[in-house]
Amino acid sequence: MAEGFEPKIVAFSCYYCAYAAADVAGSMRLEYPAAVRVVELPCSGKIDPVLLLRAFEEGADGVYVAGCLEGDCHFQRGNLRAKKRVARVKALLDEIGLGGDRLEMFNLSGSMGPRFAEIAREMTERVRRLGPSPIRERLSARGEAAGTNPGREGDLP
Amino acid sequence: MIVAERKPMEAVASLVAPYERILVVGCGECVTVCMAGGEKEVEVMASALRLMRGKEGRPVTVETETVQRQCEPEYLVPLDKKAEAAEVILSMGCGVGVQFLAERFAQRWVVPALDTKFAGGVREAGVWEERCGLCGDCVLHLTGGICPVIRCSKSLLNGPCGGSHGGNCEIKRETRCAWQLIYDRLKGLGRLELLTPVLPPKDWSTARDGGPRQVVREDARL
Repeated sequence: MAEGFEPKIVAFSCYYCAYAAADVAGSMRLEYPAAVRVVELPCSGKIDPVLLLRAFEEGADGVYVAGCLEGDCHFQRGNLRAKKRVARVKALLDEIGLGGDRLEMFNLSGSMGPRFAEIAREMTERVRRLGPSPIRERLSARGEAAGTNPGREGDLP
Repeated sequence: MIVAERKPMEAVASLVAPYERILVVGCGECVTVCMAGGEKEVEVMASALRLMRGKEGRPVTVETETVQRQCEPEYLVPLDKKAEAAEVILSMGCGVGVQFLAERFAQRWVVPALDTKFAGGVREAGVWEERCGLCGDCVLHLTGGICPVIRCSKSLLNGPCGGSHGGNCEIKRETRCAWQLIYDRLKGLGRLELLTPVLPPKDWSTARDGGPRQVVREDARL
């Protein structure tokens, strides 16, 4: 593990569950790692493989998709579709040598604030163990990470 | 449709390894429908290549474009500028698309990202199955619309063979015996008499041996 490594993690969160759970976690004054950046989705089924890959391209060390509990999707099957897409991208990440462990799918309900914080800790710990993404290291070496390159849109703050 | 499947990423990466400017070209027809080389797959491929090369510390510029059809030259004209700027063109079309790109861009190295599998259709969501052997001499009117050339493992025209077990094939046990399917369908339609004549050996001169086949429509020529 790199010295003083602070991971950057993108959490694609469904509006109907994980995003609401993040609010609950906040209302409950629960602490969770600052490594996690939440991106709201209208449904976890909105996630697209290329969005997951782009997060890694922009320097994320880990990415997860958080959707509703299975059987509870507001759009019936969005979370099940997300689960399959995440599995496919995990396999692709293994194939390209970045490692599928850097990506995960979680399920929770909108009332599960403590679980949201727990997932954030769980994923942060996992990514800490895995170490920095080689892409982020390369971007840093070229001075392109963390928004230092104005030419790149959407760099992670 | 023509059904294709992406090559392993390692294989694709090795095809474009020497180059720093890559143009990935998708196709809006068959390979879009079989989710192998459409717009989405092109963007995933571009991202995966950038990640692979970024990891190696050899950044790469990847441009993307998905044309309506790679197998028709006029649809390739809009690619001229991007092709000019690229060192290599990675086609995510079928084998036909790759060749049309190579013909259009004679000065550019063109490589395939997909393995072209067969002419088939959607069996169920996410499952594609072969249906036509492209033999050039259709016999489906004799076999109840079920092709023995491609769906019988042995391409028998007067089947079934002795390996038909419980309606399944001895070559691949999970595959339905084409001749069982043909018999059941003809029986159901009251057309079993179609099976009485013995079909002569198939004339394979219309099939793929002997170089590329052509279909010419004089009325459609300019």
